[in-house]
Amino acid sequence: MIAFLARRLLQIIPTLILVSVIIFLLQQLLPGDPATVLAGEERDPEVIAQIRQQYRLDQPLPVQYVYWIKGVLSGNLGESMRLKEPVARLVAQKFPVTLQLALMAIVISLSIGVTAGVVSAIYKNTAIDYTVNLLALWGISTPNFWLGILLISLFSVQLGWLPASGYVSPFEDFWLSLKTTIMPAFVLGNSFAAVLMRHTRSAMLQAMAADYVRTARAKGLSERVVVIKHAMRNALTPVVTLGALELGTLLSGAVLTEQVFSIPGFGKLIVDSVFNRDYAVVQGVTLVTATTYILLNLFADVAYVLINPRLRG
Amino acid sequence: MIKKLALAAVVLGALSGAAVAETVVRIGLAEDPDVLDPTLARTYVGRLVFASLCDKLFDIDEKQNIVPQLALGHETSADGKTVTLKLRPGLKFHDGEALDAEAVKFSLERHLTMPGSFRKAEISSVEKIDAVDPTTVKLSLKNPFAPLIAQLADRAGMIVSPKAAKEAGDKFGLKPVCAGPFKFVERVQQDRIVLERFADYWNKDNVFVDRVVFRPISESTVRLANLKSGSLELIERALATDIKDIKSDAKLRLATQIEMGYQGITLNVGNSDNGKNGPFGKDPRVQQALEAAIDRDALNQVVYNGEALPGNQWVSPNNAYYQQKFALPKRDVAKAKQLLKDAGVATPVVVDFLVPNGPDTRQLAEVVQAMAAEAGFDMKIRVTEFATSLNEAEAGRYHAYLLSWSGRVDPDGNVFSFMSCTGPNNYAKYCSPEMDAALAAARIASAPAERKAAYETVAQMALAGGGIIYLYHRPVIIAHTVKLSGYKQLPDGLVRLTGVKVQQ
Amino acid sequence: MTALETPHSEIDDTSDTPTRRAWRRLRRRKSAMLGLVIVAALVAVALLAPWIAPFDPAKQSYTMVRKAPSALNWFGTDESGRDLFSRVVFGARASLLAGLVSIAIALGLGMPIGLLSAYRGGWTDTIVSRITDAMLAVPFLILAIALAAFLGPSLSNAMIAIGVTSMPIFIRLTRGQVMAVKVEDYVEAARAVGNPAYRIAFRHILPNIMPALLVQATLSIAMAIIAEASLSFLGLGQQPPAPSWGSMLNSAQRFLTQAPWMAIYPGLAIFLTVLSFNLLGDGLRDALDPKER
Repeated sequence: MIAFLARRLLQIIPTLILVSVIIFLLQQLLPGDPATVLAGEERDPEVIAQIRQQYRLDQPLPVQYVYWIKGVLSGNLGESMRLKEPVARLVAQKFPVTLQLALMAIVISLSIGVTAGVVSAIYKNTAIDYTVNLLALWGISTPNFWLGILLISLFSVQLGWLPASGYVSPFEDFWLSLKTTIMPAFVLGNSFAAVLMRHTRSAMLQAMAADYVRTARAKGLSERVVVIKHAMRNALTPVVTLGALELGTLLSGAVLTEQVFSIPGFGKLIVDSVFNRDYAVVQGVTLVTATTYILLNLFADVAYVLINPRLRG
Repeated sequence: MIKKLALAAVVLGALSGAAVAETVVRIGLAEDPDVLDPTLARTYVGRLVFASLCDKLFDIDEKQNIVPQLALGHETSADGKTVTLKLRPGLKFHDGEALDAEAVKFSLERHLTMPGSFRKAEISSVEKIDAVDPTTVKLSLKNPFAPLIAQLADRAGMIVSPKAAKEAGDKFGLKPVCAGPFKFVERVQQDRIVLERFADYWNKDNVFVDRVVFRPISESTVRLANLKSGSLELIERALATDIKDIKSDAKLRLATQIEMGYQGITLNVGNSDNGKNGPFGKDPRVQQALEAAIDRDALNQVVYNGEALPGNQWVSPNNAYYQQKFALPKRDVAKAKQLLKDAGVATPVVVDFLVPNGPDTRQLAEVVQAMAAEAGFDMKIRVTEFATSLNEAEAGRYHAYLLSWSGRVDPDGNVFSFMSCTGPNNYAKYCSPEMDAALAAARIASAPAERKAAYETVAQMALAGGGIIYLYHRPVIIAHTVKLSGYKQLPDGLVRLTGVKVQQ
Repeated sequence: MTALETPHSEIDDTSDTPTRRAWRRLRRRKSAMLGLVIVAALVAVALLAPWIAPFDPAKQSYTMVRKAPSALNWFGTDESGRDLFSRVVFGARASLLAGLVSIAIALGLGMPIGLLSAYRGGWTDTIVSRITDAMLAVPFLILAIALAAFLGPSLSNAMIAIGVTSMPIFIRLTRGQVMAVKVEDYVEAARAVGNPAYRIAFRHILPNIMPALLVQATLSIAMAIIAEASLSFLGLGQQPPAPSWGSMLNSAQRFLTQAPWMAIYPGLAIFLTVLSFNLLGDGLRDALDPKER
């Protein structure tokens, strides 16, 4: 197990280098000049040239890359062109927000998705199965921003139960924090719950048809024990992987939802920075989310091996 | 037990908080402002925050006249090359430092010399600044410059605390220290900017709000929802299509004005070979044909519910500098067809129509496309994200570009940079010595009548083929709750809280 | 005992191919057939749009702006007075293409790479896995925006961007599935008997991993349709005035309170499409599953 862990940890290094290169190439792909975008309506050519020089935009890409990587290795993620703030500070400000939202969404989707998946697998091809399936389909086929606005107009405008947008830290006011994040977390979790439900159902059906489950049944174990101890244990392997992958995605991908609910997290920060060509922020934030994502992957792989020891080796 | 006590404490805290509540105004912004340093700032939305944070030497009134703010008045010498400003006595910055002539000199010099300053171009006519006495500043100009005072009524006229600015350098925007009615408390990027009342403000008797919170909320629907649910007191840039809804809500009030800027279509008349050989570069009559094909009233009805003000010049028909002689023409498809025929271009005229993505730009482009089609244009819409569109426009890879301008107090700010040969905003690459001469004359002349005469030439040439078709002037739409009273809207779209009272 | 139940043992059954058997099983499932019928109907609507739509989807009418559904305009009209029913009908083209083509690209590229990676192992696997990890680690929308912006705004470029960006998930899923199947008894048995690698891959591994890939593909089609909507929102998808459901939903957003029908019908269209693909995918999964009897 230790050898396996060490190997996986070593694999992270080339992946991270690749990620940093991809992020840099992305910057080259994006049309538009950061200095021009930064200037906006105030298009003074002299100032634009000055900005280019100040942020080394006039230098060749490899040179820029070396400067950036040097900074990163010494713990300096650079400075936002648009806001004149260190990227590290922006990351520290946004990370807890997005993490809270992502975790809440994962909890919501796991509790809905896995339960629904197991139930519909057990009651395969009955009315219960169909109903659960339909609900899951509804969840996945509703675009996030559309559902978000519907929820806002119902719970905030019509009923006045929940704040329409914004974010409050749980350390500031726990209940208010829960109230501001429950709708976006539900919107995020809702669509993923459907994915989880389908995978759980599929995996459960496969597992329940497998030999060891049949053997367990043949031994006269109760259906409950068969389902929980034998089928679920195996069926949940891909689900765990997916859950970890999704958490990584949520850390950076809650873009439209964060936009609709005006949540000051990573997704909103990245998109705003892409549109403003604020490269230092895009690079810094993407690097942080990518690293988190890769670590979560490692965790998923370890879980995979723990559950399915045959893969160890 | 402990939990219960804690809960009780929280409840009590909330109750007592309500009892001695300070008055708070929470404002929903359409975007997250950029850096809060008057020298480095460049966005429209940033100006909304500055209106509460940083006072300027001058301000404007509802009719766009210049009125005193930090300065009491100004005097221009006969040759137009010396401007003397008289300051209010006893002014203070948020950090308690005195705002005197030396501080004004420091701020203006900062605008002129700081690397990356976006103010430099606005006041580059200033050669030397002298602090004559604590309340008198003398500006020596390289050449007469009529728009100068109007520039000092905008960001270039914002005065920052020399002490704080020297300490913070280019990080000043993280904790700005100015002399506006409210001082900076904190900012969480993309979440909130908090200001509190400044006790030593020169006009403190007219400030009735204790705290201002700006919250960026990009979706207009959500902004309005927040206002309705009571988590905001005021929102900017409400949609024209929501006006009916806002009016019918007894808890809401509406404040509107026509903007100082405009919505237009820039036509590539000379930017790269693509422009020179394109439909608009070949013959100015093609521009006239497109203009004749557009029904501005219908456009206004469809896109702005009739709330905008159609116009054909860089200032609105309400403005003193609007040239009545070239008043708004009616749509004339037959004339458009005839013009195309006279120009000798083959129809349909294929136009690469570059459209920056935005909430209503797509709709506007589609309507223009349909109208132009009737006269023989085939406008091929290309919607691109804003940053890319700037790049395309700069390189001349377009024939028509849908572009709006947020507007400046002086008419010069709406036209010079767009139509002078070397103007930085001249995407069309229109260039005519006659136009340059007229624009320069309007800058030098100080009497309004003289300036207006110079602008007549500008208007005539612009309409004949200056590379911009002006469509309309959009409405500034501010909605607020009935709890706010005394709110007045000015055409610059900014939110001024002086004089505003909050009912608890 | 296990080996007897896997498809490779049924070589004697020449008249009944696995495909034909799968089709027979698929036909027995009412929900799957319903899905198939709806998908077929949607494809027909997309193909026959000019004959089905009562109006030109780009024809504006300034006197008919944002009118509620009526006998003339069944789904009402949009912000420029265009007939929504006609736009929904024509929008089926963009949205179906966006869903199908981009996932075909993702699956077509991702499955072979994943299969190769897992089967060859060693350096091939290491390199593919690292690149996949790196691509997955970069946010989906950022990758898609950069690609689509680079290629230029159009529907086909948006499809390529979505396809390439969704590819890593298929590589990863294929690889994971193959790794799990590789150690199963029947594959070991096939290998022991001396079957060549490609035969094992196609006869024994592929049929076993198809169900999971199909489930993912049907779900990904839904995501691709929504991703196309997001790209349209950013100006990187279908160019106006041609409609797509995604861009219709986006313009409807501004008028939710005044003209809810503008959002309801394109939303329903997306829902129906996703529903039918899922029903079909579900049926296919069961029908293709060799363990399912």
